[in-house]
Amino acid sequence: MWPVILIASLGCYALKLTGLSIPQRVLDRPRIRHIAALLPVSLLAALVAVQTFGSGQSLVIDARVAGVAAAAVALALRAPFIVVVIVAGAVAAGLRYLGLAA
Amino acid sequence: MSSTDLVTPEWAAARRNIVRDAAGIGLAVGAYGIGFGALGVAAGLSLAQTMALSLLMFTGASQFALVGVLAAGGGTIAAALTALMLGIRNALYGLRMAPILKVTGLNRFVAAQLTIDETTAMALAHEETEFDGRASKLGFWATGLSVYVFWNLATLIGALGAGALGDPKAFGLDAVIPAAFLALLWPRLKGREAWAVAIVSALVAIALTPVLRPGLPVLAAALVAIIAGYRSRQALAPLSQAARDAETGARDEDGAAPGGGPA
Repeated sequence: MWPVILIASLGCYALKLTGLSIPQRVLDRPRIRHIAALLPVSLLAALVAVQTFGSGQSLVIDARVAGVAAAAVALALRAPFIVVVIVAGAVAAGLRYLGLAA
Repeated sequence: MSSTDLVTPEWAAARRNIVRDAAGIGLAVGAYGIGFGALGVAAGLSLAQTMALSLLMFTGASQFALVGVLAAGGGTIAAALTALMLGIRNALYGLRMAPILKVTGLNRFVAAQLTIDETTAMALAHEETEFDGRASKLGFWATGLSVYVFWNLATLIGALGAGALGDPKAFGLDAVIPAAFLALLWPRLKGREAWAVAIVSALVAIALTPVLRPGLPVLAAALVAIIAGYRSRQALAPLSQAARDAETGARDEDGAAPGGGPA
């Protein structure tokens, strides 16, 4: 596990340093900026989906779905991060405790 | 400080406000740090490995992604690639920050590590001409120091706490991971294009889950952003659009609503 942690950390640092170091005109193109702004949206949305429904290579509907739905409601109500994740965990754990979901 | 850097009462007051805001953002980010520390340990990383990510990688969304993909059995290469792709925007922030910070020598290497959503947002919250650029610079450095300290302290607290929790699933931690990603995504969902990219990316990742190894569907979904960004004919974002998005996120956070995290 250590190699991936160190290599990915070094890579992330290199990205930060590159931005500070290279001439502005190299990366300063509208398309690149636009893609860079959309990339986190795409990756985070995919992560939400896969981590909510995925289990290895299969798709399952279990207590996580209810937990994430509750988190979305909390976010819509502008709850702070810590409340959002506690709500998600509590809803999923509660449904499992009551035997209502896997 | 040279003799031209006289501390006027106006600058003294502005400086106080900037430092206070920086401390507030650091505290708000701490909530994410606790979440990250707990998830890291629950996902099977050691305390030292979890701390290494916060100390060395120091960019929240990438850290969450690395841990999340590993926990889902995605393999180390997919985990690292996802983290790196999420880190690309920090390069764009650096590009924007370079003419403001004008850092050279060792300072540049320190500034690089602190170039994240929150610091860029706080620096850009001030006009570049404000107090001869000192407001922007202080916004960056004060926020960087504050977020770095609080993020790492919070990671430690979360990691120690999770070790004491026991079975992660009984506490719904497998629901906490996607909820954390949703909270990171939320402040970026501004406008029709962002929503469309998010929904299509989620559907692509779901559709590919049964056919690709874990971790790869998320990477494949990144193509949605690349295609959408490349094809987009809408009025293209001004220079710091990504940074401004983050700025709004950081401000939301300041106002006790969830923001982007130290992403």
